[in-house]
Amino acid sequence: MSKIWKLDNDIDTDIILPTEYLAFETVDEMKPYAFSPLRPELAGQIQPGDMIVAGNNFGCGSSREQAPEVVKALGISCIVAKSFARIFFRNAINNGLLLIEQPDLYDEVNEGDEAEVIPGKEIIVNGKSYPIASLPDNLTEILEAGGLVKAMRKRNGLD
Amino acid sequence: MGMTMAEKIIACAAGKESCRAGDIETVTLDRLMSNDGTTHLTIDMYNNLKNPHIADVDKLVWIIDHNIPADSPKTAASHKKMRDFARENGITFYEGEGVCHQVMMENHVRPGELIFGADSHTCAYGALGAFGTGVGCTDYLYAMVTGTSWLLVPETIRFNLTGSLKHGVYARDLILTIIGRISANGANYKAMEFAGEGLKGLSIADRISICNLCVEAGAKTALMEVDDVALDYLKEHGREPKAIYKSDDDAVFSEVFDIDLNEIEPIVAKPHFVDNVVPVKECEGIEIDEAFLGSCNNGRIEDLRVGASVIKGKHVADKVRFLVVPASREVYQQALKECLLDIFMDAGAMVMNPNCSVCWGACQGVIGEGETLISTGTRNFKGRAGHKDSFVYLASAATVTASAIKGYIVTADKI
Repeated sequence: MSKIWKLDNDIDTDIILPTEYLAFETVDEMKPYAFSPLRPELAGQIQPGDMIVAGNNFGCGSSREQAPEVVKALGISCIVAKSFARIFFRNAINNGLLLIEQPDLYDEVNEGDEAEVIPGKEIIVNGKSYPIASLPDNLTEILEAGGLVKAMRKRNGLD
Repeated sequence: MGMTMAEKIIACAAGKESCRAGDIETVTLDRLMSNDGTTHLTIDMYNNLKNPHIADVDKLVWIIDHNIPADSPKTAASHKKMRDFARENGITFYEGEGVCHQVMMENHVRPGELIFGADSHTCAYGALGAFGTGVGCTDYLYAMVTGTSWLLVPETIRFNLTGSLKHGVYARDLILTIIGRISANGANYKAMEFAGEGLKGLSIADRISICNLCVEAGAKTALMEVDDVALDYLKEHGREPKAIYKSDDDAVFSEVFDIDLNEIEPIVAKPHFVDNVVPVKECEGIEIDEAFLGSCNNGRIEDLRVGASVIKGKHVADKVRFLVVPASREVYQQALKECLLDIFMDAGAMVMNPNCSVCWGACQGVIGEGETLISTGTRNFKGRAGHKDSFVYLASAATVTASAIKGYIVTADKI
């Protein structure tokens, strides 16, 4: 089961990780500042395995790949949103962070609810099932490998 | 059934006769731009590959623009990594020459090309009929190593432009109006295509300003039909088109908007969303602490001419910092020749070297807690220009300059 942290519509990449922290050399140094313009305490509250539920257009804005990287580094198991901005979508998959589009969940769940995610099938929250689509095979391969670079290495027999 | 511009460019890059919105195609990229926002990460990943190689080094263009000159030892180290790698590998490299998209428009972009840029505003290249799209550093690395990537062929929203912009109304007002109408994700995963006789009256500077901001509606790319204005620009800059495409008459668009340019009014985008737009007059009187004229969106010579014409003989308000940042060396030198920088300096503005400046909330000019910036930059997200509790309004060069003079938001006709 994953604990839900609920965020709004249009969560942009400057919210996910403000520019001033991009200069840090490691994602671990950036972690405490994730979501800090909106909810400074959130990064410290998230536990590995938790999930984020959001509205439309999650990840809009910059192409900074540190945004999905830092979310993954916090231990977020997946983000479920009504929709994702396209650059963030690619960047997240390329870093092995699962994103799920689901139109109804956001309106019906609360922060702190527990969810069970069955990839390619459904999300169960408060006894209710929310259907989810399967990802295309090429994206599943990338996710299962833990990201695009790892998938390339695996495909080429390097790992 | 006909094809859209986006479908034609992707089909060509996929080595196919045709493709359709919704198809996933493996494409060969024509050009790969990356800047100092994330190139150091690309290099780290590249060096972790076993026997890494670059598919076609002639396609790579690397540009240091976000934090130039370096503002900290960390930035300097990141720049050095990028500079050294570019030199060792023979990558076309610019440093201090301008904001990446302006440098690309002046030196590289050709109609019909498919270009990845590790920067969200790469959609600017549609001003010359090229399919530019922003990617992260991992997608960039994959394309750099393999020469290819995969793309979901986008649906296209078509904007038919008629008429012409009124005096005192600019391309920035037009694109903010459009984003306000379709919303910040109104074009998510889609291409925004602009055509119609209204396009003819728009300069390349106007067209870049429009295409550049389409990512703020979520667009994958922006595209404009290539006409004599575009061909003249290419010729002036010594380049030929790769291919000139236009959408077929029976191409399928997901939506079509008819926009009468005569109806556009001066607009501002209020904090903290680019689609939060209202006429400037609704914000008139809001006090500002800083004004910024520059960026890949509005730092061209045409914008500096507009700003200079508003501020000539006037002075920046006492409590306001006014940053003027030409988008490239070419723009800077032209502004010098036209004595525009003298006008800004006489008025009390700070003229900076070409870079991304406060538009990306680092480099220079960041604002403090509770402060307000009016900007020709690209975004007004919460905390985008500095402190998380600060405020950014986006507007045209004319509105920004007028506001710098008055110390509060105002249209240029009130000066």
